[in-house]
Order: sequence, then structure tokens, then C-alpha cells
Amino acid sequence: MLTYLIRRLLLMIVTLFGVSVAIFLLLRIVPGNIADILFDSAGMIDPSEKQKIIADLGLDLPLPLQYWSWLNGVLHGELGFSYVSEKPVIDEILPRIPITARLAGLALVFAICAGVPLGVISAVKQNTKLDYALRVLSLSGLSMPSFWLGLLILMACVRWFGTIPIYDRAPASIWAWIAMLAIPAASVGFRSSALIMRLTRSSMLEILRQDFVRTAKSKGLSDNAVTYDHALRNALLPVITTIGVETAFLMGGLIVTETVFNIPGVARFLVEAIRWRDYPMVQNLVMFIAIVVVTVNLIVDLLYMLVDPRIRYSE
Amino acid sequence: MAPVLEVSGLSTVFHTRRGLVRAVQDVSFSVNAGETLAIVGESGCGKTITALSLMRLIPQPPGEIVSGSVKVDGTDLLKLSEPEMRKMRGSKIAMIFQEPMTALNPLMTVGKQIAEMVMLHDGASKQVARDRAVEMLHHVRIPEPARRAREYPHQMSGGMRQRAMIAMALACKPKVLVADEPTTALDVTIQAQILDLIGDLQKEFGTAVVLITHDLGVVAEVAQRVVVMYAGRKVEEAAVGDLFAHPLHPYPRGLLGSIPRVGSARGLDVSPDERLREITGMVPALNDLPPGCAFAPRCSLADAKCHAQVPPFELKQPDHFAACWQA
Repeated sequence: MLTYLIRRLLLMIVTLFGVSVAIFLLLRIVPGNIADILFDSAGMIDPSEKQKIIADLGLDLPLPLQYWSWLNGVLHGELGFSYVSEKPVIDEILPRIPITARLAGLALVFAICAGVPLGVISAVKQNTKLDYALRVLSLSGLSMPSFWLGLLILMACVRWFGTIPIYDRAPASIWAWIAMLAIPAASVGFRSSALIMRLTRSSMLEILRQDFVRTAKSKGLSDNAVTYDHALRNALLPVITTIGVETAFLMGGLIVTETVFNIPGVARFLVEAIRWRDYPMVQNLVMFIAIVVVTVNLIVDLLYMLVDPRIRYSE
Repeated sequence: MAPVLEVSGLSTVFHTRRGLVRAVQDVSFSVNAGETLAIVGESGCGKTITALSLMRLIPQPPGEIVSGSVKVDGTDLLKLSEPEMRKMRGSKIAMIFQEPMTALNPLMTVGKQIAEMVMLHDGASKQVARDRAVEMLHHVRIPEPARRAREYPHQMSGGMRQRAMIAMALACKPKVLVADEPTTALDVTIQAQILDLIGDLQKEFGTAVVLITHDLGVVAEVAQRVVVMYAGRKVEEAAVGDLFAHPLHPYPRGLLGSIPRVGSARGLDVSPDERLREITGMVPALNDLPPGCAFAPRCSLADAKCHAQVPPFELKQPDHFAACWQA
């Protein structure tokens, strides 16, 4: 068990190293840097000034050197300064993380709380009108981009209620947080809930055909006991995997949703930073997201052990 | 002694896209306390569907029990409501399945799977139910039952899982035990142990056992009476010795002729140098049965009447029934 954990942690470091190289190179491949953008937008044309900015930021150094200085900084806990605001990156990111974390958490809770029970209902009532309705709903959830759904919800709220909660200052209580983030969380979590629902349904259908479900019935257990105590726990194994993968996908959805609903979280901030070619900002944000995703996947793998006694990670 | 289990006129069909499948037609039998009745026949002859019909575990739809009665201690199970039937399952009539590998829930300890049922039917507390589970595991001769009760099915061998299955089925001391090919998936040595175990427990608890099997060796060993099924119908019923000595219907005769024997074959005209005989042809599809005897297309004795009319199931010799125009 301990050996497994150590091996996993080492593997995580390798993965994160790969991510760091990839994001560093991708950013350099994208045409233009902060100096180009400043000059284009400000209309400055003095080339010596531009060269000075490039030299100041160290963008003229060879790539391996640039990479090394970033990595070295990260390893020493120094994330550098934003090119745009010129404030320390850490001060820019930290206050935004809780906002996105709450939104993502709420979206995930919504996705699971809606997806799993509806999937079970759909499976138990297979081929009834209810099942068909739920399958259509989940198919639409998978095919609808979350930004479009977000816009629709936005428009509908304004049309019918004349207003929608707008993020102007940090809400005071947890309930105020939930009230504020419920609609954006639902719009970004809808896709995940649809996926979780479809998977729960198919997984349940497969499990309900298994011999041990028949055994459970032959013992005289009620339908509910058979469905929930015996079948559902078995059916959840593949669903847990998906929940892990969906956490990564959620980040993509959050970027648009934060923009549509004007929420000042990290995801929207990342897009801004990319637009300005704010290298330290983008690199560190992506690394942060990568750490979250890798950690979630580790947690998912450890969760398996808790749910399924057959899985033991041996050395 | 009144029989514990009385099945009469049981018919089960499946509504499928390719038409009505008559899986079980007009099957009747009865079993006394402590007695073992074997139902034999090849795959698809309706023996498992008969077993599931007794438990009312036929998936509905597409399945449907269209007629008949299944009386356990005088109570007709087919007339009960589903909640009433649930109270009977496990407590009055229990079942053992063929596949010990997949018939237990992989995510639940064996002890809990047994205790769960004791709590349900006997209203026992958690502790009492757990103790009963350990006691039952001890009963089926699983060593270290207390430790095994805390284990999951994957930590046990196939034979041990089947023992656990039996412990579970007998935990509430049911009147009737339906065993659907309980030894088919096991090694031969384990098979004998499991059959002995069922026999011993049956004596101890006075359980009536319905043993579903295609293995005539098993039948000879443990059963007192045999029902032979073919294409969803009973074709012959007799005491074991009687059936093995003088099978009346050509189908069981063919079955007995296809068993390899050691040394000389008495009673049957099989000489040692002769090839094993097989029954030619195929089992008819249950959604497209011939108008007459279902075995007629494969039968060497069949005449025009056999092809035209279904033979009645009737007494041919003392306590020996068969459905055949030629017998």
C-alpha cells in the first residue's frame, strides 16, 4: 500500500513535469508575446523600447534557460510577477481560487446528485416513458455546449424574473454563496450530470442482469434493497472513474461559464492571461490546474479500494 | 405424509419478438419432506425455468407464468401478492444457483450476505444474525467460520463459495430447497462433497429438495425420484432405481445409452466395444414445436400418431409415468 502510494506520487511528479514542458512550449509557439501586444494596442512604434521590454522580461534568452528559471522559481516557491499587473502571481491567483473551487465543487455536487439517482431510475424503469424522457434529457445535456446553455438560462431568468444574481462582491454566508453560484454551477454541471446519468444507467442495467442480483431477490429482499444495497454499489465503480475524468473537463466548462456569468474566478482569469501572453500567469495557473486534476485522479484510485474489496494495490 | 411441495399444471411462457416461447408446459410433481426429486434434461428443456417459476423469479416481462399452482405447505405461491411472495422467498423456499463465482455479491462480506436474510425473515438483531451466519458457515463445514464470515466472495474458492451459498439458502430453515445445477461448475471431487453436504443438511433440517441437473450420475447418487423433461414437458417420472432399470420413454433411454460405462453393461444392451450412442437430431425450438410429440423427429420408434398428437402423461407401470404413444 505504502509502496503503491510512493510510486503514484513519483508518477504524479513525472506527469506534472510533462505538463510543465508542454505548457511552456505551447505558449512559446503561440505567435506574439506581451511586448508585441503592448505595442500593437498602445500604438508605440519605437523598436528600441520594445527590445528593452523583451530584455527586461528575459524573453530574449534561449528557451531552455527561460524554462529553467521558471521551474527553479516554482521549486523555490517563487512564482514570479504578472507581466500585466506587475503584482506577484501568487497574490493574483490566491484570492480567485476559492471562487472557482466553490463553483466547481457545487457543479460536481449537482452533477452527481442529479446524475446518479436519475441514472438509477432510468435503469430500473427501463423502456418506460420516464426512461425515454430521461434519456432525451441526458442526450441534450451532452450535446449542448455549456456556454450556450448558460446564455439561455441567463436570458430566461432576465425574461421571467427580470433579474439574476450578479457577482458584485463576495457573498457573506455559505447560503449566499450557494444562491449566487447555483445557476452557473447547474449550467456547467449539466453536461457532467448527463454523462454520469448515462453511465449510471448502462452500468446499472448490466449489474441488474447479474447472477448475484437474482440471488439477492431469491433471499426475499425488497426491490429497493436489491437495487440500492446490492446493485448500485457495484454499478458505481465505473461512475467513479468518470467523475474523476469529468473534474478535468469541468475546468474547460468553467472558463466559459465564468465569462458568461461574470464570475471573477481563476478560469476566466486564465483566458485573460492567455490573451495578454502573460507567461508567468498562464504557466503557473495551468500547473495549478494540473495539480488539482492529478490529485483528484489519485483520490479516485484510492476510492476504488474503499468501494471494491477486490482491488488491492500491491507492490 | 402430505407433500411439502406440490406443483401442478405449471406452464411458463416467454413473449418474444419471434413469437410465444413455451418454456414450461403443464409440469406437475410433488416432493415430501426430506425427499429429493431430480429434474433432468438437456440444456433448454425448461428445467431452470421450472426452478425459477417455483421461486417466481421469472423476469416479467417477457416471461409469464400462465397457469398452474405451486403449493408449499398448502400455500399456493402463484396466488400470493409480490410482498407476500417476498416473505416466502428465503424463509419457506430457497434456491442455490449454478454459478458460485457470480451468484454472490462481490462487494459484500459473505457473513453479511447471510445475516442480511436472517435479519429480514426472522427479525433478528444484527448481532444475532451475524452469529447465525457464522453458525451456518460452520454447519456447511467451512473451517474458521468466524474469519470467513468477514471475507469477501473473491477470497474464497469455488467450492467454498458454493458452501456459503448453501449456508445462505438454509439459514432460515426453508421447507423447500431448489438447487439449480449446484455442482456443474465445480471440480468432480468438490461435487461429491457438496452433494454429500446437501444430503446431510437435508436429513438434519427435513428439507424437501428439488435438484435440477443434467448429470445422471448425480441423479443416481442423491435423488429418490426423477422427472425427465424434454422441450418444456415432462416425458417420464419414476423412482430412481426404476427409471434407471427400465426407462419407458425413448428419450431417457437414449440419455442412458449415451453414458460411458466401465466394464460390462447390465440391463442395457451396450456392449463394451460398441460406440457410445447419441441421440441424433436437435432439440426443437420452443417457439416452433411440432404438433405431436416433441421428441418424434428424433425418435426411431415414431409413427404417424406420434407426429400428429401430443401423447398424454399417464401411468404406464406401478408408480411409473411416461408420455409416449409407444411405451
